[in-house]
Amino acid sequence: MSKIHVQTIVNRDPVEFLADPRETLLDCLRDHLGLTGSKEGCGTGDCGACSVTVDGTLISSCLMLGVEAGGKSIETIEGMAQGEDLHPLQRKFIEHAAFQCGYCTPGILVAAKNLLEKNPSPTETEVRYWLAGNLCRCTGYDKIIRAVMDAAEEMRGAA
Amino acid sequence: MAKDDLSTHLKYVGTRPDRPDGLDKVTGRARYGADIAAAGMLHAAVVRSPHAHARIIKIDTSKAEAVAGVKAVVTRADFPTGLTGEDWNLQENTMAGDKALYDGHAVAAVAATTSLLAKEAAELVEVEYEILPHVTDVDEAIKPDAPVIREGAADASVPEGMPANVVKYMEFGHGDIEAGFAEADLVMENTYKTEATHQGYIEPQACMGQLGKDGKGEMWVSTQGHWYIRKMSAAVLGLEASQLRVTPSEIGGGFGGKTTIFMEPLSLALSKKAGGRPVKIVMSRAEVLRATGPTASASMDVKIGMKKDGTLTAARAEFRMQGGAFPGAPVDMALYCAFAAYKLPNVEHIGYDVLANRPKCAAYRAPGSPMGAFAAESLLDEMCHKLGLDPLEVRKKNAVREGDKSSYGPKFGSIGLIETLDALENHPNMQAPLGPNQGRGIATGYWFNHGGETSVSMAISEDGTAQVSVGTPDIGGSRASIALMTAEALGIPYENVRVNVVETGALGVNEPTHGSRATFASGKAAVESTNQAIAEMCRRAAAEWGIAPEAVEWRDGAAHPAGPNAGDFPPMSIQEIAVKMGETGGPISGHHEGNLDGVGASFGAHAVDVEVDPETGRTTILRYLVVQDAGRAIHPAYVEGQYQGGAVQGIGWALNEEYIYDDKGRLQNPVFLDYRIPVASDLPMIDTVIVEVPNPGHPYGVRGVGETGITPPLPALANAIQNAVGVRMRDLPMSPVKVLAAIKAQNG
Amino acid sequence: MVKVNLWSSLRRFTEGKTEVEVEATTVKEMLDGLKAAHPGLGPILDAGISVAIDGEVLNGNLHKAISSENEIFILQRMKGG
Repeated sequence: MSKIHVQTIVNRDPVEFLADPRETLLDCLRDHLGLTGSKEGCGTGDCGACSVTVDGTLISSCLMLGVEAGGKSIETIEGMAQGEDLHPLQRKFIEHAAFQCGYCTPGILVAAKNLLEKNPSPTETEVRYWLAGNLCRCTGYDKIIRAVMDAAEEMRGAA
Repeated sequence: MAKDDLSTHLKYVGTRPDRPDGLDKVTGRARYGADIAAAGMLHAAVVRSPHAHARIIKIDTSKAEAVAGVKAVVTRADFPTGLTGEDWNLQENTMAGDKALYDGHAVAAVAATTSLLAKEAAELVEVEYEILPHVTDVDEAIKPDAPVIREGAADASVPEGMPANVVKYMEFGHGDIEAGFAEADLVMENTYKTEATHQGYIEPQACMGQLGKDGKGEMWVSTQGHWYIRKMSAAVLGLEASQLRVTPSEIGGGFGGKTTIFMEPLSLALSKKAGGRPVKIVMSRAEVLRATGPTASASMDVKIGMKKDGTLTAARAEFRMQGGAFPGAPVDMALYCAFAAYKLPNVEHIGYDVLANRPKCAAYRAPGSPMGAFAAESLLDEMCHKLGLDPLEVRKKNAVREGDKSSYGPKFGSIGLIETLDALENHPNMQAPLGPNQGRGIATGYWFNHGGETSVSMAISEDGTAQVSVGTPDIGGSRASIALMTAEALGIPYENVRVNVVETGALGVNEPTHGSRATFASGKAAVESTNQAIAEMCRRAAAEWGIAPEAVEWRDGAAHPAGPNAGDFPPMSIQEIAVKMGETGGPISGHHEGNLDGVGASFGAHAVDVEVDPETGRTTILRYLVVQDAGRAIHPAYVEGQYQGGAVQGIGWALNEEYIYDDKGRLQNPVFLDYRIPVASDLPMIDTVIVEVPNPGHPYGVRGVGETGITPPLPALANAIQNAVGVRMRDLPMSPVKVLAAIKAQNG
Repeated sequence: MVKVNLWSSLRRFTEGKTEVEVEATTVKEMLDGLKAAHPGLGPILDAGISVAIDGEVLNGNLHKAISSENEIFILQRMKGG
């Protein structure tokens, strides 16, 4: 199948790639742009390991075609830290031991950041429901929820 | 060293520093199985049987091979013949031979220049099947007239005359079981069933293999144990083990499911046929659920005798388990664990390992223990109800202590069950008030833990920092715990120790990260290795000072004269020794190898409060408490993490997860939408209490903590649901549909 | 002489006994002695078992010293997840 030239913005940088029309955005990020931080856990939009934002909207990148990315602005885990400075969520995830294997972590961080941008003071229940589309099999979610709540508090204090 | 002695001396052990691989894992830099690429790399796709049981009449690969860009196609014909025993089982599961034995069984594999092309070509492989009668349920499979999965698969333990699908049989026990039941005031017997569940690691199996015609190969793979991958792949393909170098990627969860091979040898077989180009295989979620090892399903009869005061007089368990189309259901471990928490003068266990047309089961966190606990701990609770006894008091009354004879025979060494039950009783959750349709359930759980084959080396660097090489992949923070113990032994800061998980070429054989052993075994071997390096550093200091090595002692990261008679020298720090080690005799290192003994078993006890909606049958968890004996928590945050994660896997098994087969034996729910594991909104916080009864067999008292936590939730939830709405659920999962039906049946 | 406890379904290979005595100073000698005295146990023991010595369950310690003082059980091969 002939490939399509796609120009888009990823983590604030302009990028371009040639995509087979059958390839997902996740495939394109991982295989064409070398951004392997987003993970595939299911390929059906059920696990959230591939979570990215497209023009500020949280999506499962396994459910969007790469050719649909043209002209959008995409944020992935690789764009979350500013240089050497970790985002508060990233720091709090390390501090709270909020991951064990770490495979779901990029998707959860992207999703949690998107939550805190929309709602800086989420309740525990709101965090749990927002992250209900991000599966973690290691932690039982306890430390993840605590890390998100703690990061939110710190970010509110800094604001 | 006595417990309190040790505690007061510990500087790093028991603290909660950042894990060394934390930064990689929050930035997306950590490289997992599918994150690798190599020049000339091909991508593979696997052709799988859509039938539960079928004879393979013919495989025509010509159309696939004719596609431009397809570089290799392999079938069983490309594998060596003549394997026996478990090697044959592994080969047969990697690629079907005469018969496809389950829905999803691999029959061919294709390597092509792109992943999409490989998938297209796989569709062009034509397989002619003769469909055979199949069986997926254990109670059906054990019937004398059930379809026979494989003639002659039974081992020597199976007496003549048993049904053909029984491949292993066992009985064990002690005392006089009938006399024991005669002594009881109440004897009850029931049958309990658990459905197969999957480990559900979020990272699907992935690897990249390369093999030349010279028999030299390499593999990058997500695994719990790369020496196992090497040994098994070499056996299945007829390779020399040392010619295959296996490097573990970061691993996205395993829980036992990544202790064995599935598609990994196919990458090597395809690579060899494709002229040695590297071949990457990444499983889809559907492939993971259909064709990698779930756990067994079980059908279990349990009978218990109890006196009016709660004293147990006798117990009997007869368990039937299917672990797929190959031997290996953990019926033995289920029986060993079922009654392990209790003193039983009279006990009998009977077990059957049964074949069925399902994928070859793999280990899953405390293999067998959750099923056994579901049956035994449920019946125990039912009997407490009947006699009006407090279920915690009954458990405490019968609880085993050090020196007691276990239900499975040997006497217990140091264990902490009583301390665990006491801590549970004293937790505030046990006093929380309960409302209508709410109930509390408790249960215990047990796992042996395992030492196993271990090889570790460590070396002092020129600047006085230390590196440790281990062979147990880090799934949940073991780099941190091993670094803490090494830092403690050396007396240098945690940050000055780097723990590396190294490839098969760098150490002797290591068993996987399984059996709750990484922190116990690699940690113990790291401490032994460190002690060798310390002895050498003391020798170097002694030589500098011109005194006997025995007159030097090591503390706080420095060599010191052992006493006033040894001489008056200022301490010589690790940095001072390291910086000139090249001038004083060369590298300073240590290593330790062995089948590590001294393992300490871990008991746990959980308490859960639920609310059951009588209109829908849905169970909501209000609060959850895990109490477990860790021996000593090296990094308490990751110990808590094991408790919480294990409990939630058990909760999923209890309430939701199951393998659903249709009448053709095809798996109906091979996606996460339908195979629904617990999500964040299903759960409350998971409270934990770490009990520390130090294991005398480990330098810092460690017991394995990884596995026990999955066991108690199954019975604890069944017990809580009965206390909430009065119905006793004896079939897992306790899904809303089933609970609602039970409530309706109760209400007439 | 060491006393060895077998699981009870093995008694069909040991003339009905679940506790047998063999002359042995190591685990290997014990297993060899069991096989010599009760050949039917051979395939079972060779297929892989664990040995519990004074309560500790061990795999692969054939050269470990044992004596009449030890409590010894032959168990199914231990596996973990």
